[in-house]
Amino acid sequence: MTATPAEATVNAEAWGGKAWDGKAWDGFKGGLWRDTVDVRDFVQQNYTPYEGDASFLAGATERTTQVWQKLLSMFPTEIERGIHDVDVKTPSRIDAFKPGYIDGTAADHRDLIVGLQTDAPLKRAIMPNGGWRMVEGALNAYGHEADPEIRDIYTHLRKTHNEGVFDAYTPEIRACRSSGIITGLPDAYGRGRIIGDYRRVALYGVDRLIAAKEADKAALGEEWATEDVIRGREEISEQIKALKELKAMAMSYGYDISLPATTGREAIQWLYFAYLAAVKEQNGAAMSIGRIDNFLDIYLQRDIEAGRITETDAQEFIDDFVIKLRIVRFLRTPEYNEGFSGDPTWVTWSMAGIGEDGRPLVSRTTFRALQTLYNLGPAPEPNLTVFWSRELPEGFKEFAARVAIDTSAIQFESDELMRPKYGDDTAIACCVSAMAMGKQMQFFGARVNVAKALLYAINGGRDEKSGKTVVQGFTPIEDEYLDYETVARSYDAMLDWLAKTYVHALNVIHYMHDKYAYERLEMALHDQEILRTMACGIAGLSVAADSLSAIKHAKVKVIRDESGLAVDYEIEGDYPAYGNNDDRADEIARRIVHDFMEKIRKHPTYRDAVHTQSVLTITSNVVYGKKTGNTPDGRRAGTPFAPGANPMNGRDEHGYIASAMSVAKLPYDDAEDGISLTNTITPDALGRTPEERVANLAGVLDGYTASGGFHMNVNVLDKATLEDAMEHPENYPQLTIRVSGYAVNFIRLTRDQQLDVINRTFHGSL
Amino acid sequence: MATLLGTDIPIRPRVADEDAATPAAAATHRPVTGSVHSWDLSTGLDGPGSRFVTFLSGCPLTCLYCHNPDTWRMRDGKRTTADDVIAEAAKYTTFISAAGGGATVSGGEPLLQPVFTGELLHRLKHELGLHTALDTSGHLGARATDALLRDVDLVLLDIKSWHPETYEKVTGRPLEPTLDFARRLAALGKEVWVRFVLVPGLTDDPANIEGVARFAASLGNVPRVDVLPFHKLGEAKWDALGKDFTLRATPSPSPAQIADAKEIFAAQGLKAV
Repeated sequence: MTATPAEATVNAEAWGGKAWDGKAWDGFKGGLWRDTVDVRDFVQQNYTPYEGDASFLAGATERTTQVWQKLLSMFPTEIERGIHDVDVKTPSRIDAFKPGYIDGTAADHRDLIVGLQTDAPLKRAIMPNGGWRMVEGALNAYGHEADPEIRDIYTHLRKTHNEGVFDAYTPEIRACRSSGIITGLPDAYGRGRIIGDYRRVALYGVDRLIAAKEADKAALGEEWATEDVIRGREEISEQIKALKELKAMAMSYGYDISLPATTGREAIQWLYFAYLAAVKEQNGAAMSIGRIDNFLDIYLQRDIEAGRITETDAQEFIDDFVIKLRIVRFLRTPEYNEGFSGDPTWVTWSMAGIGEDGRPLVSRTTFRALQTLYNLGPAPEPNLTVFWSRELPEGFKEFAARVAIDTSAIQFESDELMRPKYGDDTAIACCVSAMAMGKQMQFFGARVNVAKALLYAINGGRDEKSGKTVVQGFTPIEDEYLDYETVARSYDAMLDWLAKTYVHALNVIHYMHDKYAYERLEMALHDQEILRTMACGIAGLSVAADSLSAIKHAKVKVIRDESGLAVDYEIEGDYPAYGNNDDRADEIARRIVHDFMEKIRKHPTYRDAVHTQSVLTITSNVVYGKKTGNTPDGRRAGTPFAPGANPMNGRDEHGYIASAMSVAKLPYDDAEDGISLTNTITPDALGRTPEERVANLAGVLDGYTASGGFHMNVNVLDKATLEDAMEHPENYPQLTIRVSGYAVNFIRLTRDQQLDVINRTFHGSL
Repeated sequence: MATLLGTDIPIRPRVADEDAATPAAAATHRPVTGSVHSWDLSTGLDGPGSRFVTFLSGCPLTCLYCHNPDTWRMRDGKRTTADDVIAEAAKYTTFISAAGGGATVSGGEPLLQPVFTGELLHRLKHELGLHTALDTSGHLGARATDALLRDVDLVLLDIKSWHPETYEKVTGRPLEPTLDFARRLAALGKEVWVRFVLVPGLTDDPANIEGVARFAASLGNVPRVDVLPFHKLGEAKWDALGKDFTLRATPSPSPAQIADAKEIFAAQGLKAV
């Protein structure tokens, strides 16, 4: 039954024996969340839905602007050098660094929400548990020398995840990795895509969470010592140690977070400390922060109602918090950045949608989070992600559409598709991966190149670029003109082989990651029993679909070199291309997604993870294109793929809506890890006045959601702006553009990626 | 397990001819066909919201600034049945009804093919339940039957100039039929958005703009005027067709010139955007 704050005080054991007066929970309703760790219940019982418009919002304070300006002035050096600074001697862990502040010292800094990854802003840390080579490679690339003692530790004394993976890889997997048919695997760096429920620290304080973990461990102590149970006990012990380090780290900044947060500012601070602990220790591919605005709003609203703070104060706390999220940094190699450029960290912040009880999951703090893009100017991080539903309040739809048009910095995902699968306390990790907060994690699996796989099917497993045989046991197709049935049969067998090899590699990777680079803090902020997914992915979907459409609907002649290797194709006649809402092509794309998912599902996974896949490339569509030869759709070797599930550039001939309708046909049930669509629209292609554009974009999002579409990035930009930014980057320090699933600071992209963005279909008004 | 090999691509469902329950279809017992240049989805450009736009081929005018001169000749279009157009549009009814918008028949000049245009509008409106717009110069307005206009929710009417000599210079045709059509639409109480293309040195004489503004304001059925700035994005099409694009040296209007033109419309109580 419902425990009152007074009863909670009596039950001091739950707080690690500390006396707690219960005041932190004054005025909060409901009881279930008091007795067990259940943040969703707390939010549902206590948040105030906001159905009004944006007129209540406050601008940036002078302090906010000055702090942000200080960082802005540091960015040009960071861009020029690649990294601003790095500490080569201190392998990062939660409490490895002394406190750091953006401007000043503990005595005179101006941060409202404190905490940095290291002891100085933009200074990066080394996190060698993922792999030593990545660390040393990155240091050397940016002109730093590795510390010999640290190198000795991580090459002789302490095994890394990377070393473990390569101990267990097969020669076949290594060959796939180097040919580029399977790439981006998290076998040399942190896998990421795990969202700790950082809210728990604010609501309960760390001691209560430790006590709950101790209880879980004790329960496991009752069970017979199988490998699973032993691993479970070790993991919980690690989680408890991480929570203790979290407390120590916060204490170094002068905060005792063993007990619940009592104010809005404290709630933000406690939550941020928890997130900070995660990014101090894990160089994860994506370090997302979850669904947090309605939670924080409960505290801010309580303070505002009590007259303790004003709207300006509330906004300033959020602005300062967002400044911290904007400067999360990881040390990564230039090769990594070639795939995922712009220094992305995917601090994805999920918001909005509709609750299971029908109330909108929108509060004033949801608006405040979007308002940071005006108060601080556009930026790629945090990756603000709006769960779109037609049922959202008009005032919020209008504001979100306006922010998207003004900043090109937010993304939209279908609440209608996610809620039935994951419930209403769902957040996106990275770009498009949905997971229930604190109850689900994924084993991130990057992606395979299904366009290259089609070339392997034609060439009998030989690589079209190197000529080497990567896949054994296949015979090349020798026809002068490709026959659809022959190619489809061979492709089907090739995808069978690819799925098997791929899941095999992922099982190895995640076994080793758990063993050598376990996410202790993030998992400490999860339930003991969780759902794990094995998140596979595909790249090159539109190239593969168009190639098969060309083979089926036109005549495709093969050009072979002297060794018989198919190196080019001549297309006679026209073929329907994916991206025109034409089933003749779209059905092929749908079948590739469906069939490959079926093939993945055949192979058992590590820790019985549930198989999923994404159609997402991030910016790696450029690199995948580079590694793939001429394709039967007429694409030239080296040309970038379309990003994510996008149709190929210029082949979608009937506008972005027709293009989006093709993408909406891809089945979410066969791509539960997300389907990414990026649209770049010139302002006048949304309407003639600013008000019209806002209303029309909101309408387009309603229409896409109603049509079963999952994700839409919206860039509203002129091509000329981007071209000018390439020439004069100094004039565009904050120009932000959405790529597949995240946003980037345009001037931090490589030149190839900048050109790719510019050459992508701009949907204009002619 | 089904594989790509086993896939039968479904044939797009076709609307049966006998469902084309219009006088034109019933009288001929043949599918109604027209010359179609292309179709497209647009937002905020061809009437309110997101719209399925059919561009028909053939136009009696030869506007100097035309950005689609490839739609001038009917014989350059593709002979297309109304069934095919409606089947294509039908793919977007879910999207459009959620997004807000409708369907627009444009061109070229759609009233050069009044039977086909009437058939499309009727079926877009009654079969698919879409808001309908007709994008026309009005020059062939006399060919639009009252029945056709009953199937039109909104007319996008280009009034390219008020001075008859300028109109003729721009279009090669007289102004009067367009004004007659505008008066007829006003008498019918049909909603009209007037469109005016602002071309420096050609249509931008304030007196010329004011003439259009006074006329539009007098009609009483014009809630909005679109002042469209001249642009040269269609220049390549003129070159490809071997036609002489005489406005090559003409600049696009400046923001100040556009604002001035809008002001002239606003002074007549019109909402100009």
